[in-house]
Amino acid sequence: MLILKPREEGSRLMLWLSPFFAVFVMWVFGGVMFWVLGLPVLEGLGVFFLDPLLSLRGWSELLLKAIPLALCGLGLSFGFRAGIWNIGAEGQLLMGALGGSVVALYFYEVEGFWVLVLVLLGGVLGGMLWGLIPALLKTWSGASEILTSLMLTYVAGLFLSAMVHGPLRDPDGYNFPESRLFSDSSLVPILWEGTRLHWGFVVMLVLAFLLWLVMSRHRLGYWMNVCGGSSRAALYAGVDPKKMVVISFLISGGFAGLAGAFEVSGSLGQLVPVVSPGYGFTGIIVAFLGGLHPLGVVVGSLVLSLTYIGGENAQIAMNMPSAVTGVFQGALLLFLLACRTLESYRLVWRR
Amino acid sequence: MEEILISGLVTIVTASCPLIFAGVGEVVTERSGVLNLGVEGMMAMGAVGGFAVAHISGSADLGLLASIVCGMLLSLLFGFFTQYLLINQVVSGLSLTIFGLGLSALIGRDFVGFSGLGFPSLFPDFLRDIPVLGRVLFDYNYVVYLSLLSPFLVSWFLFKTRAGIVVRATGDNAEAAHSLGIRVVKVRMLSIMFGGGMAGLGGGYLSVIYTPLWVENMVAGRGWVALALVVFAAWRPILVLWGALLFGGIAIIQLNVQAFGLGIQAQYMTMFPYLATVLVLVVMSKRSIFQKSPRSLGRLFFAD
Amino acid sequence: MVMRVILTRFCGLLILGFGLMGVAFGDTLQVGFVYVGPIGDHGWTYQHNKGREYLEKMLGSKVETTYVESVAEGGDSERVIEQLASSGHDVIFTTSFGYMNPTLKVAKRYPHVKFEHATGFKRVKNVSTYNARYYEGRHVLGLIAGHVSKSGVMGYVASFPIPEVVRGINATILAARKINPDMRVKVVWVNSWFDPGKESDAAKALIDQGADVILQHTDSPAPVQTAESRGVYAFGQASDMSSFGADAHLTAIENVWGPYYVSRVKAVMDGSWKSSDTWGGLEAGMVKMAPYGPGVPSSVRKVADKAVADIKAGRLHPFTGPIKSRDGEMKVPVGSVADDGLLLGMDFFVEGVEGSLPGS
Repeated sequence: MLILKPREEGSRLMLWLSPFFAVFVMWVFGGVMFWVLGLPVLEGLGVFFLDPLLSLRGWSELLLKAIPLALCGLGLSFGFRAGIWNIGAEGQLLMGALGGSVVALYFYEVEGFWVLVLVLLGGVLGGMLWGLIPALLKTWSGASEILTSLMLTYVAGLFLSAMVHGPLRDPDGYNFPESRLFSDSSLVPILWEGTRLHWGFVVMLVLAFLLWLVMSRHRLGYWMNVCGGSSRAALYAGVDPKKMVVISFLISGGFAGLAGAFEVSGSLGQLVPVVSPGYGFTGIIVAFLGGLHPLGVVVGSLVLSLTYIGGENAQIAMNMPSAVTGVFQGALLLFLLACRTLESYRLVWRR
Repeated sequence: MEEILISGLVTIVTASCPLIFAGVGEVVTERSGVLNLGVEGMMAMGAVGGFAVAHISGSADLGLLASIVCGMLLSLLFGFFTQYLLINQVVSGLSLTIFGLGLSALIGRDFVGFSGLGFPSLFPDFLRDIPVLGRVLFDYNYVVYLSLLSPFLVSWFLFKTRAGIVVRATGDNAEAAHSLGIRVVKVRMLSIMFGGGMAGLGGGYLSVIYTPLWVENMVAGRGWVALALVVFAAWRPILVLWGALLFGGIAIIQLNVQAFGLGIQAQYMTMFPYLATVLVLVVMSKRSIFQKSPRSLGRLFFAD
Repeated sequence: MVMRVILTRFCGLLILGFGLMGVAFGDTLQVGFVYVGPIGDHGWTYQHNKGREYLEKMLGSKVETTYVESVAEGGDSERVIEQLASSGHDVIFTTSFGYMNPTLKVAKRYPHVKFEHATGFKRVKNVSTYNARYYEGRHVLGLIAGHVSKSGVMGYVASFPIPEVVRGINATILAARKINPDMRVKVVWVNSWFDPGKESDAAKALIDQGADVILQHTDSPAPVQTAESRGVYAFGQASDMSSFGADAHLTAIENVWGPYYVSRVKAVMDGSWKSSDTWGGLEAGMVKMAPYGPGVPSSVRKVADKAVADIKAGRLHPFTGPIKSRDGEMKVPVGSVADDGLLLGMDFFVEGVEGSLPGS
């Protein structure tokens, strides 16, 4: 039978080839699935994977959707590599959106470039503070951050709901749960005229680069790897695991909070009850899909973004039910991951 | 007042069942060293499979059986990917949730709008008529008793039987277990399937017994709560039971308090079960009673 | 800079190309729908999709419809709406309040496309709004509840404290108090549009506290089922839910969108479409009462039928003064009826409502 053998070293060749394998397997699987469901095979695949890439608007939307996914994934990848399990990026994102909105509404109709800077900082701060709670609970009492961060996500969602149904709602909006539209000084400028893509994309790329620098060149990156290895090694190396918990949560919370601020001050332009369709959770997938490496995470966010947009396109162009796109997306991710196995293992025939 | 208390207690017990099933199943999976985050997806599959079979066959029992099978089938997929293809468990589990939710919606399209069958209590009526205790103790169907019993059975299995020791050994140190001649992958596959079956049953309980109907997304996040309860319970089945009752209890009490007409804004009331769970965990952790996860949890195992 | 101009131009060309494609289909009108939930929710989205199917049935090959389900109300919705607009759809119905500003943004960029936004209040030249006066139906529910309730307590499973829901609660209790001045309604917010388990738990809590008629403003049929198993009465929401509780189900207010969709699409076809605000109730057929269940005695049926007829004829307005908020503030003076502005933004409870409300 075919078995997997570990490679001595990760295969460079496979690192580059595996995505193509994955795409190939995905096409075959997708084709079979469409065929079984009685949908046109080639058209389905084309609509799903190619159409978004054939128009410039498609590209702009792809990149726009990737911003929050990548930001969440980037922040999380640091903690995950240090063995710290922040499952609550979604909650930190929501608190970031709330923080940014509070600033934007406080400086309503105030002019100046600094307003936007404050809005984004408000977002980062909101995310960091919310991330700090599970971190401190962990260092203070040892309470598992997996549980506390997940539970606090629900709390954050409800708190945001309470705010947007109450104090932050638009005074002229017939008591509907949404804030007033932010004034222009709080809005992220558009990067690419005629589309919705805003400067958040550039900020995200810069942050990805900075994170890569920190991970590979800075002392923090070394600490991160030591902590991720084993706690005993960390003690020998003189790394304080408690400090790492706090730092990890500040980083992932800050990134997620910024993602939230970009959602409200970028694509939405106001605070609404539903800020995120689960970017914080999908960010976990993105982080691992990218192998916890900043560059990989950015690529991973683009792949995920493509599957979302492709799914919508398939609904519009072919009346494909959203359930099919969900099944498809889940399967795609599994295949992508399966093909990544080839980087560190090779197939061997053994009887 | 007495009526409210009794009735509330009954609701708490019956509302906690899906969390208990899914949580106890996941304890076994995680005790074998495998972190399956796909509970929500497996519950959704169990819910749709259970309702579909119950609806077509007219037998609720067959439906529950089908929900177990559906949960298991989906978990087999997870097992194949993580144990044979050696893919990261966290992402596999999350992808499995997306996949399971989509597939359940796809299968369930033809079952929307039908009401399920009723489900009889296990005990005869005269026992239920005993004042107070009758309703608290004897007013449930057999699945509820099964869910209340399952933590104890699984606890006995994990800590008192040889097979249970094997599972725990696999989870604590897969390499050592392997060198002792334990077939790690096989043990883990079985544990994954058990977790999947239990999650499926939890979903089936929802769609066949608790609210006998099928609608998309009807699991509504209970899979995630079950996952959190496993951590809360420090991987002990019996503590999952208490955790589920605590969480379910506060969620129900919160609704009752609202119905009383206290003027606290509803969003804050709905936060209570989540906050309470965090609070209790912090207090327990501070006393450092436990908090030991299986040491190989989430790590891939490769036998060369 | 030059590059950017070229890119923008190119982008514009592509959009134009898609637009032309739409025209090239000739006399087939492309109609798009954006849904907030899955069409299998058996509630809000389910009913809108029924409206879409009705549209297809009535206009046959003259229309081609497209829908996108489960579109989150955040940044995603604008993309989906724009995708529909750019791929040649002539009319687009966006069926959730949260799509209001995204719809307006897209409408600005696609002036030749007609947009119809459900439940909103902002209109421009190519954006209409539409909604249904459910409170008219809820008035009838309140009358029936006032007659059949023995405990004098109604239970209301509510989703979110938005004016729409608040209005429904007030309409119900105002009507019920006409029959039984001591009626009360207990409100439980579940903070979700859709969670069968939780809705059922809320219904149980309400029944435990004495409610013998359950109303709901959430989407799943679970509360009706719960009422059936506990032997109390219930009203269906959005669609006829009698199959979930044959004895409990008194009646339901059904959302009927089909005829509205047909009339608007026809208006686009013959060129008479104009931006407008439609807020139709029983008379317009956008709200329909489901058949009465066995729990409604014939005497009560007569009362209910009369109320329906009176509302249709304009003889009866559910919000006729005097209406006081439960804090004692006079909201609608004697002899007048509430105007649409007050109704649209209703954020107070009237007397007889027990439950919390933010901002009041």
